[in-house]
Amino acid sequence: MYAVNIEPHVVGPKGSVLENLIDVDEHYVAEMRDRALVLAEDPLRCQSLPHMTLAGWDLLELLMEQQALGYPEHFTLTRDGDKWRWINRPLGIDDSFTFGDVSTLPYGPMEYITRQSQGDFCILDQRDGNLWMDAGMVTTQADWSLDFDIGMNFFEWHAPVPLAHEKGIFTRALKFLTNIQQGKPARRLNWTMTINPRLDTSPENYHKWGPDRATVTPENVGDKVHLRVELQSFWRLPRSNGIVFPIRCYLIKMDELVTQPKWARRLHRVIRDLPEELANYKGLTRYRATLVEWLSKLDNGSPTSPGFGPD
Amino acid sequence: MSTGTTKLDVVVSDVVPVNELVTRFHFRRRDGQLLPTFSGGAHVVVEMRDGERTRLNPYSLMGSPLDTREYTISVRRDDVGRGGSLFMHRHVRPGIEMVISYPVNLFSLDLRARKHLMLAGGIGITPFMAQTAQLAADGGNFELHYTCRTASLGTYADLLRERYDRRVRLYHDDRDERIELDRLLSSQPLGTHLYVCGPSGMIGWVRDRAAALGWPTETVHFEHFAAPQPGAPFDVTLAVSGKTIRVGEQQSLLEAIEAAGVDPPYLCRGGVCGQCETNVIAHDGNFIHNDHWLSEEEHRCGKKIMPCVSRFEGRSLVLER
Repeated sequence: MYAVNIEPHVVGPKGSVLENLIDVDEHYVAEMRDRALVLAEDPLRCQSLPHMTLAGWDLLELLMEQQALGYPEHFTLTRDGDKWRWINRPLGIDDSFTFGDVSTLPYGPMEYITRQSQGDFCILDQRDGNLWMDAGMVTTQADWSLDFDIGMNFFEWHAPVPLAHEKGIFTRALKFLTNIQQGKPARRLNWTMTINPRLDTSPENYHKWGPDRATVTPENVGDKVHLRVELQSFWRLPRSNGIVFPIRCYLIKMDELVTQPKWARRLHRVIRDLPEELANYKGLTRYRATLVEWLSKLDNGSPTSPGFGPD
Repeated sequence: MSTGTTKLDVVVSDVVPVNELVTRFHFRRRDGQLLPTFSGGAHVVVEMRDGERTRLNPYSLMGSPLDTREYTISVRRDDVGRGGSLFMHRHVRPGIEMVISYPVNLFSLDLRARKHLMLAGGIGITPFMAQTAQLAADGGNFELHYTCRTASLGTYADLLRERYDRRVRLYHDDRDERIELDRLLSSQPLGTHLYVCGPSGMIGWVRDRAAALGWPTETVHFEHFAAPQPGAPFDVTLAVSGKTIRVGEQQSLLEAIEAAGVDPPYLCRGGVCGQCETNVIAHDGNFIHNDHWLSEEEHRCGKKIMPCVSRFEGRSLVLER
């Protein structure tokens, strides 16, 4: 039901989403505009408690370095002591600022850089043997709220997850995460499903996307229902000793997914066999039967090969 | 997956005697690049190739986290210790190539604090060197109380006074100067966090008094690196790797496991981080638990041991390694 799928976050095959540790793709400009729209409507999607500014600078350094390293044609970082210059060509930004001096940037350091980076970002403060959700930029989430979770510890913000607490999963996960070392990031994948290719499925906007779940019919499954995969990575931040937790969301519609017969077979079995508590938690209940019925026609019962690559 | 740290190839760029017991070592990266940024309170594990033996000792980084051209550590010579500090003092010279770990912080500042109250004893001053530099650069509010045996053994006392003036208060044992701990702990503003690093007696005293005076435990931070204590040799069976090893008098159990070619994860080698926690499969004898990681209950029930600092006395011990 739950699998431990944590592995070192190291560079993967060329052309894959793991070619660079911070992935920038063809949706970059659109996702950044989408983020700006969400923030304009609801500024509380971005929050940083007062003690988290240093961690924000850590994150700014990490994301500028990684994006410039992976995509030199789009991003350039020049450092001369604490005098930094950041060029972001896709968004037309060329800013010079003093690292560590918030007055030299148009936003706080976390907000500044996460308005220019795909994916949500949670910055966790580490203290008292626990992790605390004390800062974040969260505009592309699967039905959870930064404004609700801000200031919570690891067990508190995971409280709604069914069946995992009893299995001791969070105690072990916390032990792993509090020992993440600088220079050795880790990653895992998480998944759920989303109706229509919508990044912002927040509780705050439930009225906009929740009713979509009732619109799934056998005729439109392929186009409406999307598998939502989150690439979550975990990085120790050097100055603040915090952890940053980027959550990068990728959506694929069923019509595209089933172009690989292996994926169609496997997804059919996963959705069919998912314990009810998990299906409820992931919000699938309303259209699960329709989806399983649609996928079942593409499952001839043959085995699927290990790994998630296509056959 | 392994949870150890990444290694850094460094060269010793300087060796500076500080006083009759303490010497400072400077490291730079061999490839000339900057070292990783770190946070005040972090340590590195220094690998020492001492003949056939590899010693791995943790030392606090004491330079400013704002300057990553070099790392500096200060090592107090311990003539009756297990030999790591003597190796550093006798054999490490400028130009020597060494390997150190990435920085790890198990004694982090709580950045919510409105004031940081720091208590140092002896060589326990080193993490505070980095923490005060970090706080001072950002206008942080701190106060340091530093106890040393004599003025000449007050490592970096002059430097700290020069840098931070009245924010540093010195106490000399030979002049019978003592921290008025109860008065100090009773007169702090709300939102103060307390940090203590020094001999274990001092840490125990400060924690006890803080608890008695009503300080919440989450506001009291301490660095409690216990060096492994020597003891009678004992034999251990490593069930997973199928080896039987002898732990020497001056050797820690972890070192003996490593010498047999088995590499458990580790970070602090001082009984605090929990990484090398090892399950006991069977035992006939008594554990000598010296760690600060396992609970008292876990110490009593004999199912786990921290091989970096703890030992065993008795007929047989079988570990899941």
